[in-house]
Order: sequence, then structure tokens, then C-alpha cells
Amino acid sequence: MEKFVYLRNVVTLNLDQRQCIGCGICLTVCPRAVLAMAEERARIVDRDACMECGACMSNCPVDAIAVERGVGCAQAVINTMLGRTGEQCCTMTPAEGRGEPPARGRGTCG
Amino acid sequence: MVGSLATPQGEVPLVKGHLGGRDRWGALLVRLGIGRMSYSVEPGLYAINHPGPDAPVLVTANYKLSFDHLRRHLQDLAAWILVLDTHGINVWCAAGKGLFSTAELVGRIKAVDLAQIITHRRLLLPQLSAPGIAAHAVRKQSGFKVVYGPVYARDLPAFLANNQQATPAMRLKTFTLAERAVLVPVELTIALKWAIPLSLVLLALRALTGAAGFWPTLVGQEFWPVAGLWAGVIAGSVATPLLLPWLPGRAFAVKGLLAGLVAAALLALTPLPRLDHWAWFFLTPALASFLALEFTGASTFTSLSGVKKEMRIALPCQIGAGLIGAGLWLAGRFM
Repeated sequence: MEKFVYLRNVVTLNLDQRQCIGCGICLTVCPRAVLAMAEERARIVDRDACMECGACMSNCPVDAIAVERGVGCAQAVINTMLGRTGEQCCTMTPAEGRGEPPARGRGTCG
Repeated sequence: MVGSLATPQGEVPLVKGHLGGRDRWGALLVRLGIGRMSYSVEPGLYAINHPGPDAPVLVTANYKLSFDHLRRHLQDLAAWILVLDTHGINVWCAAGKGLFSTAELVGRIKAVDLAQIITHRRLLLPQLSAPGIAAHAVRKQSGFKVVYGPVYARDLPAFLANNQQATPAMRLKTFTLAERAVLVPVELTIALKWAIPLSLVLLALRALTGAAGFWPTLVGQEFWPVAGLWAGVIAGSVATPLLLPWLPGRAFAVKGLLAGLVAAALLALTPLPRLDHWAWFFLTPALASFLALEFTGASTFTSLSGVKKEMRIALPCQIGAGLIGAGLWLAGRFM
């Protein structure tokens, strides 16, 4: 099964290898095989495959990973542009960096 | 639900590892886009196939489709299912929205008094819940160790049999033809809600300016005056999802545009005035491109940065083409 690829050179993922303790949790949670282990540390091997879900960032115990997390959904971007925050659909999760995204209303996605 | 199971903390609802007719009917309706916003189960602890105090604990969302999917794949395995309150939203979206979260998980563990019911301290979470969870924080706050299971519930039996180790393939989210096809009915249901009224408006507008008078023109019209609209819907919401890997381009708007241009070329064969052909030559690809862009939200590999980038370029083009097409179409009414 081929791997889907989206736009090149847009992803905001960053990994600070100096902080990495090599626990490997980021490799476990990534559903796109963006990271790999090299010399006991995590390394980004396929940046363009990243969809900025933020799983690696929120599970990293030493905060070595930073990504402007969000959902790659045009409707969510439009809802945000139109100022809709409502019950019915997704809005864009603001890029607040670290930690868990703020709670939002009900969603229709998926 | 088939009864209840006595635990040190009271009765826990007991469920089956197989789906019944009503579960399948409910799933079908949801896949058709009917009532999918209110298809939920009560959060809390459930028992499946009479688990003992050492049985694994699986955590899921309170979307009934998620819960049933998990049940169905567990079959005859005995386990506990801890259902979080995700407002009836599936695991992945709920994690992205911060509803399937560390705080909700830790709170739910305490609310059901899980530590009194089971003897071990491991929780199995779906891998796609990871964006909402900080495994190290869960351990610190609750004493439970988070183990991320496979992406797909169908891999759970193999995962459990393999000492809770996932193969590399179990860790990857795919987007196969079948996975894309199952999304098409919902895309279409959403499109029907505006495409049917808009079709009626277009037919009425056309009849208003018809040479034979309103009613004779309205009744005498064939399907062709709105064929371009439906061609755009099919190109953007059916063809693009199904043909996604084979349509050229990386941006969804480009894939949709190309599908829309093919549709527009076919439309040239329909019996319509020349100006209408020109109008749909702009309108159909613009619509298909927009609907394809909307499909980014249902896809499993797009990033927010990428979507924003393609929207900055595609949206103005789509709106521009739409305005040109609408202008030509209106001009056609008065020529």
C-alpha cells in the first residue's frame, strides 16, 4: 500500500535531539512513520508525511518536540474564518504550542 | 447489553462481543449521514465476556460506532471497556479536540473506581487517541500506565496475543479505497442538502426568463440545465475521494479541479446554449475543486499547515471562477 503524501515543506514539526532521552514513545504514537530511532535518539525521517496531529508532542515526557498542532480540515479553517464556534462542526485548534488542545464543541468530522 | 457483572464497586454493565441487528442498522444509518451527531453510549465502565480482575482494560470514546467497532473485533475475548465522555465524537477527532484527554481519562478512572475493580495498572488506549493524551501525565496523576494499542481495532486480538506488542504495520493509519468509499455517502448527504434546493432555484430562474412563459418552461425543462451542478458534486465528492491516489497533484483543490475539468468536458456534449456551456465550464470545476478541498477534513494525512497553504491559493481562484461562471450563466438568461 503506497503512502499518501501531501504538500511538501509546509510541516511545522521540530525535534530537539539534545533533549531527547530515547524513550521512543513518539515513534509508537505516530501513525505516519515520521520518526525513527538513530543512536538512541529519535530523528525526523519523513517530515512531509507529518499531519501535525501533535501526538508525539503531547506524549514526549521531556518536551523535546514542538509542532503547531491542528486538524488538516478546510471546513474547520472556514468555520474559524467565519467566526463560527458552534455546536455543529469543527473549528481550528489554535496553534498554542505545547500541551493539550483546548476543549471545543461537538464535531461532525470523521 | 446482556446483563450486568458484580464487582467490588457494584454492578457493571455486561456487553456482547458480537453486534446485533439493531447495532448494524444504526451503523448503516450513521454511514448514510442520518443521526450521526447523536449516536452515543453512556460513559463509564463496561464488561465484555465476563472479565476477571486481571483482564485488560480498553479505553474508547462514547461514540456508539467506536464502541461497537471495538466490541465487534474483541469477539470472545474477555476485557473491561472504559468509555470516556467525548460528547459522542470518535476517538481521533475527540483527541484532536481535547475531549479524549488526560483530564477526562484520569477523571473517569476515579469516577468508576477502577483501581478497586482490577488488580493490574495498565490501560490500553487506541493509538489514535494519543494526540489528546500525555501518557506520562496519566501515570503521574492516576498511577495507571498507558499502553498504546494498534491504530485499528481489528488488530487487537493479534496485539493482545503478542504480549501487547504492535507490529510496525499496526502503527500506521492507511487510507485505502474501502476506507475512502465508506465516506462518500456522508459527503453526498451533506451535498444534497444544498444541491437539491439550488437546482430548483436554477430551474425556476431559467423558467422566469423562458420565452414560452414561466410554467411551460419550468415543466418542459429537462435535467440538462442543472447537469453541471451535479457533475461538480460527483467530481468533487465522489470521484475525487475514490480516485484520490491516482489524480495528479498533491493539493486536494488541484485533484478536484482536474476531476471537474473532465466533468466539464463531458458536459460540452449536452444540449445547452453555448453561453451556458461556457458558464458551466467555470462553475463545475470550481465547485469540484472546492468540494475536494473540503474532503481534506475526512482524509487521514493532511496537515493544518498544508490545508491553510492550499486554501490561500485555491479559495480565491474558486470564488473567482464561480463569479465568472455565475455571470455567464445570468447573461445566458437575457441573450
